[in-house]
Amino acid sequence: MSTYNFDYLDELEAEAIHILREVAGQFEKPALLFSGGKDSITLVRLAEKAFRPGKFPFPLVHIDTGHNFEETITYRDQMVERIGEKLIIGSVQESIDQGKAVEQTGKNASRNALQTVTLLDTIAKHQFDACIGGARRDEEKARAKERIFSVRDEFGQWDPKRQRPELWNIYNGKIHKGENIRVFPISNWTELDVWNYIRREKIDLPSIYFSHERDCITRNGQLMAASPFLNMDDEDVVERKQVRFRTVGDMSCTAAVESDATLIDDIISEISASKISERGARMDDKVSEAAMEDRKKGGYF
Amino acid sequence: MNILKFFTAGSVDDGKSTLIGRLLYDTDSILADQLEALQSSNRKNDDGTIDLAILTDGLRAEREQGITIDVAYKYFQTEKRKFIIADTPGHIQYTRNMVTGASTANLAIILIDARNGVVEQTIRHSYIVSLLGIKHVVVCINKMDMVDYSETVYSAIIEKYKVLAQQLKLADVTYIPVSALKGDNIVQNSGNMDWYEGESLLHFLEKVDTDNLDKSQLARMPVQWVIRPQTEELHDYRGYAGRVLSGTFNLNDKVTVLPSGASSTVEKIEFFDQTPDAAHAGQSVIIHLKDDVDISRGDTIVNASALPQESKLIEADLCWMDGRALDTSIMYNIQHNSKITRCKISEILHKVDINTLEKHAADEFKLNDIGRVIIKTADALAFDLYDDNRANGSAILVDTRTNLTVGALMFRAAVE
Repeated sequence: MSTYNFDYLDELEAEAIHILREVAGQFEKPALLFSGGKDSITLVRLAEKAFRPGKFPFPLVHIDTGHNFEETITYRDQMVERIGEKLIIGSVQESIDQGKAVEQTGKNASRNALQTVTLLDTIAKHQFDACIGGARRDEEKARAKERIFSVRDEFGQWDPKRQRPELWNIYNGKIHKGENIRVFPISNWTELDVWNYIRREKIDLPSIYFSHERDCITRNGQLMAASPFLNMDDEDVVERKQVRFRTVGDMSCTAAVESDATLIDDIISEISASKISERGARMDDKVSEAAMEDRKKGGYF
Repeated sequence: MNILKFFTAGSVDDGKSTLIGRLLYDTDSILADQLEALQSSNRKNDDGTIDLAILTDGLRAEREQGITIDVAYKYFQTEKRKFIIADTPGHIQYTRNMVTGASTANLAIILIDARNGVVEQTIRHSYIVSLLGIKHVVVCINKMDMVDYSETVYSAIIEKYKVLAQQLKLADVTYIPVSALKGDNIVQNSGNMDWYEGESLLHFLEKVDTDNLDKSQLARMPVQWVIRPQTEELHDYRGYAGRVLSGTFNLNDKVTVLPSGASSTVEKIEFFDQTPDAAHAGQSVIIHLKDDVDISRGDTIVNASALPQESKLIEADLCWMDGRALDTSIMYNIQHNSKITRCKISEILHKVDINTLEKHAADEFKLNDIGRVIIKTADALAFDLYDDNRANGSAILVDTRTNLTVGALMFRAAVE
């Protein structure tokens, strides 16, 4: 038998490619949910590895809160141009204008929760039967129990008690009309695995992942980027800080960490030594211990 | 560095979640904010220390009931290896979850409460490990602190387990006395059991030969997707995309495509921007064949000199996973890798009482039942026996009324 080098990143990659190809084979109208964050950027690279030299058998879908980091949108548009694939944008602003979603008020207002409305609307409008996402099981306790092929009812709800058993590497994608499946090809990756993969593959990322100077305010013990999307008052003190972001989401709910990490190597050593998990930098999870479970049941990713 | 996937079996009271929590905690895999959430939780051990089991109890319903009701996956890493743990519940009504967790594992940890020894559920868990063909078994005799770290108690338990292991043909069994609660022999060797000369659990897990990839020479690749760009410069491009289940495909290997039986030769292997000379078990690649044969999703490319079995009538072990019992009068879908076809369970040969391992005749199959059946498929399947090639010897049953996955199948023989 010939020997060959097949390390843990190769194995995770091969598994993810297998899952993406199962989506292509089992569904009529799949889509890849693209947030501009490192996990969905990783998914795009994996899709290239799964389907090139062919086209992707699905469009990219971006649920746009309108409260984006400018750097993310620039990155998104350049990437779509480079890979030559179709991008569909679902606009939260449009959902608000149509009265389907109501803007939150108060100091901690964010459009994060409103994404669910726009996402479900976009799924219905395009009749997507499978949505590929970059969620990972190491992010959070509720996610640790979710299947790789995870069924949503027509209201977008996840029912943790009625999950299908998922055995070997066989994924059951059969659904009823109106239902759809969320597919998580990098379920078995950790945050560190994603960064190591990005380094190995030399994947470009939006600049906000790296250390930069930015005006920030401190909210609930976390550093937030000062922006027109954040409801600020006299108590908020704007300070210039050297920061980077560990996740990319809505500007009003993604916290920064103080960091001098300018290279991927710096980030990897920073994460290896870090004592705060990635979702710890997301204010939306802070609400209660069961926060994620509740939002998933309600159709959030 | 490679990956070890293992699963843990034990009942609610064996301290399984505590064991996993301990592995995560002692390998420094719990981050500050998670620890903070743990400390602020009102669930504590009797002595006031943190209840590590909370780390794996993910869903609110479980926190309320204090039991694990589903498979939870946890990850940790040492300098030597990345670990994926499937934490599965041990009580009887959740056999299906244990089968699910075991299906992807290379190693099983079976927990025995030192105070109780080998009990009914130990038999049940061990049977599932043997049914799912898991090569390595680690039996952790837990709660050694509650039996004064007694070697006599430990030795009596392993003598009893050895009888069971032999009965179930478990070849590679390792015994470790531990206390998950106190941390004895989990990461560090314990000072409380000088009589134990083996390794700690973590050290064992770090070095056990994973045999991650099926080393069999049975080269198999189910075609998942045909890549045809149909652009001007790639007008004749036709690549078969799939993941090599087992064995190795080399350039110029003679291959057979099933079910058609068409023969060809491997002309090119592609992996994104690379064109390797071989595709090995576990790799997701694109294969090009010399001849223009008709191939679509659901077909399997195999080594022409080591053909799989082909049959429409297969003897298999079945684990039933749905609340609605098996109906032998209706058709189900069987999903075998990328192939889906109709099938019927034409005969129930026997059911196994997983608490006593006795076989008995049966005419019904309900949730968590396990036994031997004969399955009749609409299209012939190209399969290997589960014991020879796990990846090509397993399938699931899907109820076409509900679309739920209702059964797990392990192929044991082609029926002549």
